[in-house]
Amino acid sequence: MKKFKDAGHLFRMAAVFLVGVIAFVVLRAAFVPRSFGQYGHYRGKAIAEIAALPISYAGHQVCEGCHTDVFDVKSKGVHKGVACESCHGPLAKHADDPASVQPAKLDTAKLCVRCHEANIAKPKNFPQVVAEEHSGGAACESCHQPHSPAIVAGGSQ
Amino acid sequence: MNITRRQMLILLPAAAVAWDHILAGTPEASPNYNMTDHWWGMLIDITKCIGCGSCVRGCQLENQVPDGYFRTWVERYHVADWELEYPKVDSPDGGKGGFPIAKEEGGKNFFVPKLCNHCADSPCTQVCPVGATFVSPDGVVLVDQKYCLGCRYCVQACPYGCRFINPKTETANKCTLCYHRITKGLTTACCEVCPTGTRQLADLKNPKDPIHEFLRTHSVQVLKPHLATRAKVFYYGLDGSVR
Repeated sequence: MKKFKDAGHLFRMAAVFLVGVIAFVVLRAAFVPRSFGQYGHYRGKAIAEIAALPISYAGHQVCEGCHTDVFDVKSKGVHKGVACESCHGPLAKHADDPASVQPAKLDTAKLCVRCHEANIAKPKNFPQVVAEEHSGGAACESCHQPHSPAIVAGGSQ
Repeated sequence: MNITRRQMLILLPAAAVAWDHILAGTPEASPNYNMTDHWWGMLIDITKCIGCGSCVRGCQLENQVPDGYFRTWVERYHVADWELEYPKVDSPDGGKGGFPIAKEEGGKNFFVPKLCNHCADSPCTQVCPVGATFVSPDGVVLVDQKYCLGCRYCVQACPYGCRFINPKTETANKCTLCYHRITKGLTTACCEVCPTGTRQLADLKNPKDPIHEFLRTHSVQVLKPHLATRAKVFYYGLDGSVR
């Protein structure tokens, strides 16, 4: 007694479908990264990869660990809030290997005007000068000591 | 136990999937850093910004941002009088080398540092077709450089213009809030080098962070609040003309 004629066709269809499903599952497992979906619709490991990138700026706390003399001078002056690497540039390599990596000597005539050249958009309470009128291009450090720029009686230290 | 060829064919892929999940395990996190303890943002005090461009240079050096592209930049606004709809804005080379003497005299002039707003409901992550960009569990919008196709949907979707395609990698690039620094307990490069304290990294989940006291006692604003992006870069002293 046969209920369906040519039932073999259905089984062949089902087999093809099953192979398709299996192929999908296998390929998906092979191509979707393991951590995908761990925290959301993205590769969870990407977070750790981004967090593992190297740093360039060591941070002023690291500088202050060795350069305590500079820190003492700076913390008493108006530049106390200015981080070391704000002027000296990124120096994580120097912090890692102080002997072989030395920071470049800075040119105060170019450096100081970055912040202190007068500009109409700067806050009015911020100390500004027109460098040309103020010093005529002379290096700022001939009068001001950059780590504590206020001019004390008897000249800058 | 006898397994037929057919049973084997069904069992093998199932076992492969199961094994895959075992291998996935838990990822190695940064030591002493727990993502669920933080919710990062930033505070920008416009009244302190001097437009020196230190943040732009610092960001570029920290993150190897190619010349002419910016993860953060500074704009100079000039509002002549009452027409807030028509400010004059300039940002020569993103403000990297500071700003020249302004052409316009008088009126209102000020600087606005900009960066990714690390929106909690970010439009850029919603449009990514492959899941290459996302809001991390600690609230930082990141791009998976290995997964990004460079399709540029996110670049168009960001209402703040904070994304670009890195010409070297041909993938989307943006501010990571120096994720590699803040997970090590450091502040971002831009906050580190900002000489006036205009920029301050803020951990909104840390009850000891001074941001909470600041937010309670000051009028702050986010950019484009009408877009309901839940931006987490808060501006103090923001003028109505800023877009």
